[in-house]
Amino acid sequence: MNPDAVVIAVLVAAALAITLGVALGWAASRIEPDADSLVVRIDALLPQTQCGQCRYPGCRPYAAAIASGAAEIDRCPPGGEVTVRALAALLDRSPRSPDPAFGATKPAQVAWIDEAKCIGCARCLPACPVDAIVGAPRQMHTVITTQCTGCELCLPPCPVDCIELRPAPALSRRQRQPRAA
Amino acid sequence: MAVRSRFPAGLALDAHKQQACGTQIVELPLPAHLVLALDQGTGYSAEPVVAVGEAVATGTLVARTGHPFASAVHAPLAGIVVAIEAREAAVEGGRSVCIVIEGNGSDRIDDSVRPVKDPASLGPEELVRRLRDAGIAGLGGAGFPASTKLASARNLGAHTLVLNGAECEPWICCDDALMRSAASDVVLGALILRRAAGAVRCVIAIEEDKPAAIAAVTGAIDGLRDDAVTLAVVPAVYPQGAERQLITTVAGVEVPSGGLPADAGVICQNVATAAAVARWATRGEPMLSRVVTVTGSGVGHPGNVRAPIGTPLAALIAASGGYRGTPLRLIAGGSMTGRALPSDEVGLTKSMNCVLVATRDDIGSRLGAVELPCIRCGDCANSCPAGLLPQQLLRAALADAHDTLRQLGVHDCIECGLCDYVCPSQIPLADRFREAKRRLQEAEAMTKKAADARERHELRQRRLQEAATIEQETFESVRGRARRPGVDSTGDSN
Amino acid sequence: MRFDTSPAPHVIAGYTVPRVMFQVLFALVPAGVAHVVLFGPGLLLQLSVACVTALLAEAVALRWRGRDAVPALKDGSVLVTAFLLAFSIPPLLPWWLGALGTALAVLLGKHVFGGLGQNPFNPAMVGYAILLVSFPAEMTRWPVPMDVDGTRTWSELARLSFAGFYGADLTARWDGYTGATALDSIRSGLDLRYTLPELLGREDIAGTPGARGFAWINLAALAGGLYLMLRRIVRWHIPVAVLGGLLVPSFIAHGLDSGNALGPAMQAFSGATMLAAFFIATDPVSAATSDRGRLWYGAGIGLIAWIIRTWGDYPDGFAFAVLLMNLAVPFIDRYTVPRIYGRQP
Repeated sequence: MNPDAVVIAVLVAAALAITLGVALGWAASRIEPDADSLVVRIDALLPQTQCGQCRYPGCRPYAAAIASGAAEIDRCPPGGEVTVRALAALLDRSPRSPDPAFGATKPAQVAWIDEAKCIGCARCLPACPVDAIVGAPRQMHTVITTQCTGCELCLPPCPVDCIELRPAPALSRRQRQPRAA
Repeated sequence: MAVRSRFPAGLALDAHKQQACGTQIVELPLPAHLVLALDQGTGYSAEPVVAVGEAVATGTLVARTGHPFASAVHAPLAGIVVAIEAREAAVEGGRSVCIVIEGNGSDRIDDSVRPVKDPASLGPEELVRRLRDAGIAGLGGAGFPASTKLASARNLGAHTLVLNGAECEPWICCDDALMRSAASDVVLGALILRRAAGAVRCVIAIEEDKPAAIAAVTGAIDGLRDDAVTLAVVPAVYPQGAERQLITTVAGVEVPSGGLPADAGVICQNVATAAAVARWATRGEPMLSRVVTVTGSGVGHPGNVRAPIGTPLAALIAASGGYRGTPLRLIAGGSMTGRALPSDEVGLTKSMNCVLVATRDDIGSRLGAVELPCIRCGDCANSCPAGLLPQQLLRAALADAHDTLRQLGVHDCIECGLCDYVCPSQIPLADRFREAKRRLQEAEAMTKKAADARERHELRQRRLQEAATIEQETFESVRGRARRPGVDSTGDSN
Repeated sequence: MRFDTSPAPHVIAGYTVPRVMFQVLFALVPAGVAHVVLFGPGLLLQLSVACVTALLAEAVALRWRGRDAVPALKDGSVLVTAFLLAFSIPPLLPWWLGALGTALAVLLGKHVFGGLGQNPFNPAMVGYAILLVSFPAEMTRWPVPMDVDGTRTWSELARLSFAGFYGADLTARWDGYTGATALDSIRSGLDLRYTLPELLGREDIAGTPGARGFAWINLAALAGGLYLMLRRIVRWHIPVAVLGGLLVPSFIAHGLDSGNALGPAMQAFSGATMLAAFFIATDPVSAATSDRGRLWYGAGIGLIAWIIRTWGDYPDGFAFAVLLMNLAVPFIDRYTVPRIYGRQP
């Protein structure tokens, strides 16, 4: 083989490697994803139950942990398979099942206060992450069903166990369909 | 004037109209009791204004409308309210609160039932209000309150009233019978509706396979000497009578996706609704009855019957010669979009234009269907009157791919059932799309709820933060004040 | 009284997949008759081995996949694959090659993708293409068809067909009875710097029923295709586009260079043109979705087939043209979504 050809080939390959390496390095620094916007996008996929079952104090902190790589995407029982799949798609990871160590996925639920048993201690009010319980000391409390996320955080503080979780009412209502007549 | 179909595709179907069509409209004698559903077929309920045990006269308001999509309900029968309870009904979900009235033999008529002296003297707004109070609902199959449509048509400046007499769905012929026997009522109602909608023009559209109705309506229009009321003879292609498709054929405009007909300057009402408006104007009668086709191989004497709203279907069928053979399905509506009812105890609703008692002869093709995989033959796309690609929609529906579903126009699907009808793989497409829409809506509601929860949570975090800051500041200021006089506190070690 | 509450619609046309498939098989009958009359019973031998193999392969694949085999075998789709492959391969092919091609068509062309409705490629063409690139000699050896002057009789063709089917060495006893197709011979002739009129004037290429044999089969396939269009099983878009994509460029090229480029009539009635236009390209599973997309898809097939026939090394290009356009289907579908009612274009 012509020794010149070998030299030329090596030179060309080296030049290519250097040019592409520089270009890729520059691109990586330029196009690096904005960490904040990533957190927002992850947060948008979380169910906002604010239940803390992922061991983070709410959905947003968990989103930040996912974005920084500190937590896996399988820690959200309320979101279940759907959320894991959506997160996997967003982050380009392989989908997996929710980790049962963080709790089981249940059907949508809302808290309901047995008003006959409630003693009006008001201890459940600060526990609610979305202010969905209304009441005052020595007054009966009640849950705003449409705002309740079913996080169960109000259960432990209640001294008389008068809160129970019930299946959430259907969110959708069938739209009127045009009919052929 | 004959016009061409202008919506995409469609299909000429076996009409099955001859069974019930030949006969005159029969007046049904008042049944012993009526079951008035508060949801008259729109998915929204009126609020009862009578109590159990109360006596009502014919025409007494028993439920007033609390929602623009619900229509007021009046008692078609003088008697006693014997129950107000959830019962099986011909509505979405299969149950509705119903007011049950038992006749007491009285023929007392409510004081409110008085002929309208001069409907032409009433302003559009007053007309809309009075039609709402009279419970006038669309009789074409959706049962949507006429007043709500009229009001939005006037707000959006609709110029054309299309009166839908197409009646494209197989088996149904109540509008045909009504136009043949009461064409002058249809035209009178059309004039009132046009006035209420603030429209200029009125086009009455009839499918070409109803020559007798065309002749009757032509005669009535000729007697009117009003150039702005015309007749359009449209091709007998299913789903010609679907609101959007008919508007496109008659007015040559498309209703924007996700919009209302009024956005295209058109309002559509059924011919039977117009006739009901005429009854209200001439007799003061609120919507107490409707003409309904009772047909199918499973009924003795198919025909068209004028029956009080709330008539139990069993009574309606008994008056039409009773059951014959082995009825398998009781369908409210036609064979393409009708709802199969669980029981014949349900009451007639304003939206029920047909009671189809189907035997194996009528629905055998569906009963014997075996679902096979989609072979992408495209017959569905070539018949879809909305220009959709059902085969692609099906894939997206099975994958629950919400963005793709929206993009492919699942919300533009009118659920006419043609894709099902032609599918060689016999896939129940229409039902898959109904299910997909429901899931989509649920997902959208979930997203909205999550957004609300996020906002509330963030507000709460901010509030707690602020409270903590204020507490801190208060603490500091108190401590600062304690320190400022220069008195050394023994407890203050730092 | 109580009733069942199934969802609407409550009636369907009842025009089922098996009926569609058997109509397609029925429409192939004229082409089959022409084939058997002109080339001997080889087609029937190929058909029988292809059908048996296809049904077996389908049953085995469904069993592996844990599906119920009976409804899938009854839907007739696998028989259509077997028929199309048997019509495409030479009638002299040894039976094990036919069986191999069919098994590959069903297993690699269809079931690895998930069976009926899921295959991105036309299964018959997958089998054909594998055979063509693996066994080029066997795949281009056709019998010289029946002769009007009686030098070759049908009974001789029958014996030749059986010999080929059982894999006998054809060159020893049947030399002169086998040869390339007219398209193939013309290509070799053009490569040797003969001009087209010279080649067409030659007895052994176009003057004999060799070319006319394919012309008759193409005519019969055209008749079957028109029947399918009449029965609304095949819509006009794909066949017309395939023929347009093939014939328009050949018309132009022939006009520019009549010495070297085949004219449209020759193109239309040679090789697999009509079979491809009406039966192969129209397989809905692997075709584009919308009518507009199907026009592009068909035109692409016709054009690629013309390119391969004109400049390629293979005598007939339809198998590769169909497979290449199968690949382009997702792309075509993406850009040919029909306008939805009520939406801006």
